Amino acid sequence: MSNLQRHAMTAPEVRPAVAPVAPGIVLPGNRLDFPALEPLPLDCGVSLAPFTVAYQTYGTLNADKSNAILVCHALTGDQFVAETHPVTGKPGWWETMVGPGLVFDTERYFIICTNVLGGCMGSSGPATINPATGQPWGLSFPVITIRDMVRAQVRLIDHLGIDSLFCVTGGSMGGMQVLEWAACHPERVFSAMPIATAARHSAQNIAFHEVGRQAIMADPEWSGGDYQRQGRRPERGLAVARMAAHITYLSEAALHRKFGRSLQNREALSFGFDADFQVESYLRHQGSIFVDRFDANSYLYITRACDYFDLAAEHGGTLANAFRGTRTRFCIVSFTSDWLYPTSENRAVVHALNAAAANVSFVEIATDKGHDAFLLDEPEFFATVGGFLNGCAEHRGLAKS
Amino acid sequence: MIALAAARPRANIRVDLQIIADMVAPGRRVLDVGCGDGALLDWLQHNKNVDGRGIEWSQAGVNACVRQGLSVIQGDAETDLRDYPSEAFDYVILSQTLQATYDPRVVLGEVVRIGRRAIVSFPNFGVWHIRLALLMTGKMPVTDSLDSAWYETPNIHLCTISDFVELCDDLGIVIEQGMVLDRKGRARQLRAPGFMSNLLGEQGLFVLSRR
Repeated sequence: MSNLQRHAMTAPEVRPAVAPVAPGIVLPGNRLDFPALEPLPLDCGVSLAPFTVAYQTYGTLNADKSNAILVCHALTGDQFVAETHPVTGKPGWWETMVGPGLVFDTERYFIICTNVLGGCMGSSGPATINPATGQPWGLSFPVITIRDMVRAQVRLIDHLGIDSLFCVTGGSMGGMQVLEWAACHPERVFSAMPIATAARHSAQNIAFHEVGRQAIMADPEWSGGDYQRQGRRPERGLAVARMAAHITYLSEAALHRKFGRSLQNREALSFGFDADFQVESYLRHQGSIFVDRFDANSYLYITRACDYFDLAAEHGGTLANAFRGTRTRFCIVSFTSDWLYPTSENRAVVHALNAAAANVSFVEIATDKGHDAFLLDEPEFFATVGGFLNGCAEHRGLAKS
Repeated sequence: MIALAAARPRANIRVDLQIIADMVAPGRRVLDVGCGDGALLDWLQHNKNVDGRGIEWSQAGVNACVRQGLSVIQGDAETDLRDYPSEAFDYVILSQTLQATYDPRVVLGEVVRIGRRAIVSFPNFGVWHIRLALLMTGKMPVTDSLDSAWYETPNIHLCTISDFVELCDDLGIVIEQGMVLDRKGRARQLRAPGFMSNLLGEQGLFVLSRR
């Protein structure tokens, strides 16, 4: 609680957030501005101050503050988990999971999601203004890590006066944050559910991210990262990065089922380089809508944070050391057709938890939907998550809604 | 808070599992290797307030377990046991699983390393009617508990109670307690090991520890 009192004295300011990518729109939820007196020490050696955490909540925090679930979003996700997205107008990315009567029952749990540090939906990132210069940070924003993202979240959880989170969960990069929370703050994490993730980024993961970054940096509009000040937008580069990444979120089977070799609005091949195939048209569409809601420099920073992630390296080279003595209840979930964060990577976490004699469940869900399965309607996945949460709630003594 | 779980006791489970469950002291740490749909773990958790974990090979079994709030991982006794630290559990249970492993010696060694005690049960291939069936028909016996044909059975390393006792001896594993179960899974009043237990027992049930 000492943190809470400290914050109360310096009083971080709460007010509505604005996304740098959509400056006209006031975002729902809150932003918490931590003052210059409360710097955030980062892994790169720099301290960030002042800094901002934008977040959204659903449900109600109970009297003893024991029902809070921190949901950590993935690479290009944001805090708008369960509501119409303020910029795109699309449903929240986990709207099938979070809500009244759903798996993350907002009548029972208090759901918190922060926009990650380095993001572009209101939290401090390369697209926000550096108070020291009055200009957008751009590439002068310090390079951040997954652990730094968690550090910023810890500040928010302190501010909310929550000693122990009932659950920390998230898929993909969100899962990395879950692992980092469980490793660095075991006493504050009652249960942890990392989904479709890994304890370190593989060479293949880094390789795909590098393709994305190179696509952005190869766009002349990127202007050495200074595009905001110059009033330019590296949309083509960011769209190509998204297209390449999008392929890795799917599976060959899912792509085949969805598109096969079907042609797009035409009867025959054009013998040109238009989007003849539906799959091309689909990817182009995915790329083009992405640039409306995401900042290119943010994409560089966040992919870098993933690449730098290696939880074992943070703990003397042995992953089990990250979890020694933990009392957190874990549930690891992977998907059979996920080749970006395959079952083997998730199982490595399970093995490490076993070696630490931790309380762990592990389920591999059979699906052909690839990595993105964690965002889709998978009844077996929902049943697993719901069962695990119920079991944990019983142990925590949380009343049924 | 954990007492809450024990507040809703479960009805008794399959007789042979119940015998195992009754051997477990309350509040202990238990690993059930090959836990199936989690019936034993669920009972132990709710009636004896144990800190229970499971390993199960079948996806359907694991999903059923996790769905009901049990801590179970999808895994393989052969490869996944080696991760656990020594004496991580008070009891490691290996119920009707040993005969389906590729290397029962390794698995036995692991369960007595990980657990202060291991409770191991297996179908006894030395029971009189199996001996008789093989003698009379000359074909691989198919029984209630071993109900698959030889070409499709998962039970690739069947043994008799005498075989098992011999292996424990070879591996330096101490048999603290041994009993045999009848066709319905009830305990027979026979001391195992012994000639009569090997002849009359449908299942052997042993409590083991590392020397």
